[in-house]
Amino acid sequence: MKDQLNARNAVVLLVLAGLLLLPLYTSMSGNVFALTLFTRIVIFALAASSLNLIMGYGGMMSFGHAAYLGIGGYAVGILAAEGIGSGFVQWPVALLSSALFALVVGALCLRTRGVYFIMITLAFAQMAYYVASALSRYGGDDGLTIYKRSDFGGLINLSNRVQFYYLCLGCLYGGIYLIWRIVNSRFGLVVQGLRSNEARMQAIGFPATRYRLVCFVIAGTLCGLAGALLANNTDFISPAVMYWTRSGDLMVMVILGGMGTLFGPVVGAIVYLVLEEFLSQVTEYWALIMGPLLLLIVLFGRGGIVGVLGRFSRG
Amino acid sequence: MLLVVEQFLNGLQFGLLLFLLAAGLTLVFGIMDFVNLAHGSLYMMGAYFAATFVMWTGSFVFGAILALGATLLLGIALEFVALRHFYGRDHLDHVLATFGLILFFNDAVRLIWGPAGLALPLPGWLTVPIQIMPGVFYPSYRLAIIVVSLLVAAFLYVVVMRTRLGMLIRAGASNREMIGALGINIKLLYTLVFGLGAALAGLAGLMQAPILTVQIGMGENILILAFVIIVIGGIGSIRGAFLAAIFVGLIDTLGRAFLPDLLRKILSSAAASTAAPALSSMLIYMLMAIVLVVRPEGLFPANKR
Repeated sequence: MKDQLNARNAVVLLVLAGLLLLPLYTSMSGNVFALTLFTRIVIFALAASSLNLIMGYGGMMSFGHAAYLGIGGYAVGILAAEGIGSGFVQWPVALLSSALFALVVGALCLRTRGVYFIMITLAFAQMAYYVASALSRYGGDDGLTIYKRSDFGGLINLSNRVQFYYLCLGCLYGGIYLIWRIVNSRFGLVVQGLRSNEARMQAIGFPATRYRLVCFVIAGTLCGLAGALLANNTDFISPAVMYWTRSGDLMVMVILGGMGTLFGPVVGAIVYLVLEEFLSQVTEYWALIMGPLLLLIVLFGRGGIVGVLGRFSRG
Repeated sequence: MLLVVEQFLNGLQFGLLLFLLAAGLTLVFGIMDFVNLAHGSLYMMGAYFAATFVMWTGSFVFGAILALGATLLLGIALEFVALRHFYGRDHLDHVLATFGLILFFNDAVRLIWGPAGLALPLPGWLTVPIQIMPGVFYPSYRLAIIVVSLLVAAFLYVVVMRTRLGMLIRAGASNREMIGALGINIKLLYTLVFGLGAALAGLAGLMQAPILTVQIGMGENILILAFVIIVIGGIGSIRGAFLAAIFVGLIDTLGRAFLPDLLRKILSSAAASTAAPALSSMLIYMLMAIVLVVRPEGLFPANKR
């Protein structure tokens, strides 16, 4: 990433600064709704960024990424329901269980390639969905209300909207920094090499599946964090979070923003969720417009928004 | 014993229904190399068409035939307007584009038929139980589904293996450039195959409609099962899809029917009643995981390219 002022970098900088200054605007204008909306957007941006790590850089087209949102969320919800309210317990459990699920799913799915991989990851996410629906002790289909947000002692108060927003934003920026470090590390270069030419990488002597699996687990864990945030944001967790259309949403955000670009998923999440919000205010049948729009984006918008901006700025 | 026979037939019926869905999916994938998530939407449209046409015509059979034709036309139109532009693109593009179509179809149905589900009543002559073994009665409609599905499977086999069209389809699956160079109109062939797949999905939908409620999103859960089937069976292989579909149908149905009792013998009844529903819905996926570990390319992989 070169530090030059072109259209792409300008947009990215504007978005990042805008997200940082958003609470200032909402507190001045009293527009609480915008803060609520953008808290959600920031959380989904984190989830989409984690998907981008495996999809964009690793070439692993996971169609079951929403499962980690649910697992992270259920870890928080179930512990809260059992009376363990401390975030210092809830969040590590959320991360660990997501990592564990990613390890098992990844170990099985990474035996396959291409469209098989897409379908298998989808099937495992559906399995998680059905298991959550069968958890009658924790609400089953109806979901689980979380009566108290994760308690971090005096460190941070999650019930305060602005503090919670900045926590989410911190997690997002931290996550993106982590992804940036990974992508530019030796490990990340190997994973990207495997995407470009697996046979060659293996011939050099890199164990393909092991590298991919580690990358897959990192992405799953990061998405588990987003899940823990999401559960705290809505004070509620239900199997619907893991439904496969959610995984589809995440994929769309990544593609829309620009797959394989660091900030693409953030831009994608903002555009997708704002568009959804806007269209659903215009008409109850917003998907009638959104669906064909997606088709057109896939057909004509190669490289996503960030990609198009990059092309534009290169002239 | 009676219950076992009945559940076995239920499983067979469900499996055959899944085959109709999986066959279209695997045909389209095998020949056009196209991943169609909107296949479940076509299944849903088949059911909605059937409910509407049966109400209009007052005849179940006539309405079902009209619905079948309507799904066929819808499939062809869909291919013609939108999907043919995506051939040769990345699989991920297919997934996203057809994901957009699912969103579209769900809301289109909500707009046209409303958010509440529809019921499709059966005519009287299909509701009488039939004695299949001494003392064993089975609903005639489910029996009819089994017979129709088997006939369709046989028809599909004959078409693909014994006719000129089938020869072209198989040739298209193994080398699409060559068959184009030989002067075959591939575009037309693709449209036909897609229409055939759509009609199969529609048939599955309209046959399932009287058993379940016709509702939005009904195609999504069953689509995932169809995916599992073609992964187990080997993508692009109709024979594999057939065997895997029956296998999955039986395991799913028998698992749901007998696993709770089985668990109750091992665990305490409280633990069993919590574990059984979760476990029986996981059964299929565990099966798939085992197949993947042993044979990542499926049990009956299609012609190796």
